Order: sequence, then C-alpha cells, then structure tokens
Amino acid sequence: MTVAGGPSAPAVLVSDLRKVYAGRAVVDGLSFRIETGSVFAILGPNGAGKTTTVEILEGYRHRDGGQVSVLGRDPATAGAELRGRVGLMLQGGGIYPQARPREILRLYARFYRHPRNPDELLEQAGLADVARTRYKVLSGGQKQRLGLALALLGRPELAILDEPTAGMDPAAKASTRELIATLRSEGTTVLLTTHELADVEQMADAIAIVDRGRIVAAGTPAELASGAAPRLRFRLERALDAPELAALGRALGGGTVRADRGPGAYLVDGLDSTPSLVLALAAWCAERGLLVAELRTTGATLEERYLALTAERVLDA
Amino acid sequence: MPELSNAAPARQATLAQLGMELRLTARRGENLFVIVVLPLILLIFFALVPALTPNTPKPIDFLLPGILALAVISTSLVNLSIATAFERSYGVLKRLGGSPLPRAGLVAAKIGAVIVVEVLQVALLTGVAVALFGWAPGAGASIAVVIAAFGLGTLAFGGLGLLMAGTLRAEGTLAAANGLFLVFLLLGGVILPVDHLPGLLADLARVLPASALSDAYRIGLGSASGDALPSLLVLLGWGAIASLLAARSFRWE
Repeated sequence: MTVAGGPSAPAVLVSDLRKVYAGRAVVDGLSFRIETGSVFAILGPNGAGKTTTVEILEGYRHRDGGQVSVLGRDPATAGAELRGRVGLMLQGGGIYPQARPREILRLYARFYRHPRNPDELLEQAGLADVARTRYKVLSGGQKQRLGLALALLGRPELAILDEPTAGMDPAAKASTRELIATLRSEGTTVLLTTHELADVEQMADAIAIVDRGRIVAAGTPAELASGAAPRLRFRLERALDAPELAALGRALGGGTVRADRGPGAYLVDGLDSTPSLVLALAAWCAERGLLVAELRTTGATLEERYLALTAERVLDA
Repeated sequence: MPELSNAAPARQATLAQLGMELRLTARRGENLFVIVVLPLILLIFFALVPALTPNTPKPIDFLLPGILALAVISTSLVNLSIATAFERSYGVLKRLGGSPLPRAGLVAAKIGAVIVVEVLQVALLTGVAVALFGWAPGAGASIAVVIAAFGLGTLAFGGLGLLMAGTLRAEGTLAAANGLFLVFLLLGGVILPVDHLPGLLADLARVLPASALSDAYRIGLGSASGDALPSLLVLLGWGAIASLLAARSFRWE
C-alpha cells in the first residue's frame, strides 16, 4: 500500500523513470514532482518522450525502471479507483466516429458518481452548436475541445492533457488556455505536454523541458527564461540599412546589432545591458531623429532558451 | 479508499456502455444490413425458391434454424469483430480503458449488446417465418436445447470475433469476418445441408461451429431428431478455445 497523500504531498512524483523500446531509451531517467494544484508542463520537440511519459502516468504503459506515484498510487497497478480521480485527454481523440458530442459526454458522465453537467461543459468548450453533430465531421479543433471536455467531466483531481492545443485555431487555443486556468483556480492539478511555447508561458507554474527522454532544464517560465544573459532589444520606427547598423554597433562600443523579429526590431549581441548602453542607443537615435518605439532589457525569452536547449535536436530533424 | 474516487459503480458504467453499443449498432447502416436485411432476404428467398433446401417437412422447417444460426454468426462474429476492430484502430478502446469503466465492464457491455441484438433477430426471423410461411416448432422441440445452442453459439462466434478484432488490423478483420461469413453460409448447413457437400468438404464442415449451431437449432426446434449434445460440445470446444485465445492475445491499442 502507498501512503495516503497529506496536504503537502505532491500530486505526481516521478523518479528516475525509464522506458526502453527496441533497445533505445525513449524515457531516460526522468525525475520531476508536480505540486498539488499547480499546472505543470512537459515541453519538448516531437519524439522527445513526452507522450510515453504521460502514458506511463496514465497506466497505459509499463515502465522499465524508476518510481511513479500519481495521487499517491502506482498507476501500473491502480484500477478504476484511480481512473475516477484522473481526467485524460489523449492525442487522437479515441471517440466513436458515429457518436455525437452530447451523447459521448452523457455516456462518460455515467462513468462517474458526480460528473460535471455535460450540457454546461459543451457550452464552456464552445461545442453547443455541434452537440448533435457526428464526431467524424467535427473540425480538428472541435475534436480537441471535446477531448478536453471529456478530461474535465469527472471533476478530476489531476488532469493529464497530451497536446491540448494541437490543431486548434488561435481563438480555440485562447479559450482552451482559459479553461485550463479555470481548472487551476478550482484547485485541479494539471499536467500537460506541448511543443508550443505560448502554452507554457501563459499557463504553466512549472516546466520541464524534455529532449531525447531526458530533462534538459526545469523551473518556472521566468527562471528558465532568465537562464541566458539579459540582452538589449529595441524597436525603431523604421528599419535600418546595413551601414547604419554597422555605425550603431560602433557607437554602442563594439557590439553587433542584428535583426530581431518584426520590422525595425533589433537586438544587441555581445554587450551587457547597462544604463550607459541604453544611453548610447538613445543618443545615436536622437542624432538621427529616430524614435525608439520599444525598449527591453529583459533576459532571453523562453523561446530562445528552449531553442538553444533543443537546437541539436532541431538540426537533426 | 473508494470514497475518494469519483468512479461510478461498475454496474452503472457497464449499463451506460451497453446502451451506447446498442445505439451505435442501430446507427451503422452496414451493421443493419448484415444483421437484419441479409438474413431476412435469405430466409424469404429460399423459403419461396426451395432449390437447395430439403423439405423437412416444409422448406421453412429446414431453413429457419439455419438462418437463426446465420443470425448469430452475423452479430457475434461479423458485427462484433468489425465494430471492435475499428474501435481499436480509432483509439476508442484505449480512451475507454482510461475511464472508470472497467475493462470487464466493457466486455460485458459488448456481450450484452450482442445478446440483445440476437434476441431481436430471433423474434423478427421467427415472426416472419410464422406469419409468411406458417412455421411452427416440430414435435421434439426443446427450449433448453435452443437456449444452449444460442448461448454456446454466441460464445464460439463471439470468441472468434474478438480474437480477430484484438489481433488483426481493422481492414484485416473486415476482410476475414466477411470471408468467414461466406464460408459459414456455404458450409454451415444454413441453406444447403452438409450432407449434400462432397466428402472431404462435408467432413470439414462437420467440425466447423456453424454446422454445429445449425444442427443444434434444428434439433432444438424439432426439425431434426437426434442428440444435440455432440453439436453443443463442438460449440463449447470452439467457444472455450477462441475465448481463451482472445483473452490472452487481445491488444487494446
């Protein structure tokens, strides 16, 4: 028997988890802890071992090594009791093509003692208009939202969402993130996997960046982003030409000014963000009558950090 | 600590799943064709055109037990295997496996749905035989034999159906189920008596579960005399082996 969870017990505890397929370690010594009531994201490129990891936590796969505790239970041996406390959203839906959203929610509602109201859930998921439409003719985003609604139906203590925003249009992504934020405010623990940075930046309390079955970085979004040295970023009212860029670099004291994302956006490489650097930039612009539209001296964005950590992998792909 | 869990009692979840299985069966046109239309056409056509069917004493007396056997095959083998195989390939079984519905509950719901459909088939086909062809049970009819044939036939063909659905790809199951349906229609003593087949084929036909089921039905409904036990034992053997293999080899995804 496992020890019942006290107030400080984590919702999920994973230590040195391993899974081997055909001699290759797909999950290679993962350890992490998810605090009760928090949103935890496993971020990583396709093939990093994210789905394998959550499927072990969901009880679908057996591990080859390590320890796993989900709500104080071992998912490899727990039965319907644990499945009544954990809500799942799988990749690829897993819903009858001929079934209709309302009917499938009503079916799954009968699997719980105290389910959420299927009709309210349809409304919240933006599926009220297609409540009687066959699953196979729903759009990809609608299928995803139905999958999410199924995960929430049983008022889970822990929701495990595998790529919850994949295949959604921006509006659906935004409402999905809202729904997850609501869950969090209700005290539900959420574990999600994603390869979308916007998901974790906006939703996650803690992140593990996974690559090739290993955690390459972990922390809060801010901690991860601050892992790189702060750089000066700015946006001007117009774009600079090459001689101007070179001149600006010299004026700033030998750094390289290069284009950032968006027209007129630049960042400074090779120089620390100091007050005098900001002054030099402002002075150079003032001489030319150029307005600095935006100025930031924050650390690297999470995206930069993520790309740096998984760069090798991206190049391989 | 079951009170911590929001999982419903297994019985409630199983009954809900049974309802879903029945609704989906009724919704899929291809299912209705093979479980309702096809047996009905064969029954009416060969009762009117008894080219292959012996008079025992009327063609319908031979035909109805055979078509009732075919109805069991269409539901517990063809329909069950194809639906389950596609559910497996769509990830439906996986998704249900992650819900509080126990796996045993899912299997029970599927078996329950098969039995409900088969009972409706019996009512429809027998009703048509009575209404159109004046069928009545023969002198030696035994309801116990009919029920045993019904149950063991469902076990044998349902076991075969789940064995295919749990191991083959969905497309493979579709082809195999339709192929077996044809084999059992031709060699199962459904329309054509097994005795009319050439020697080797007749010997093969006699060990198949289809002829065992139609023979048992014929004895049970009083169309034939004799001991039903050997046929029932053949069905039990097929049922035990197929169900055991299905349980051991079934892959849920």
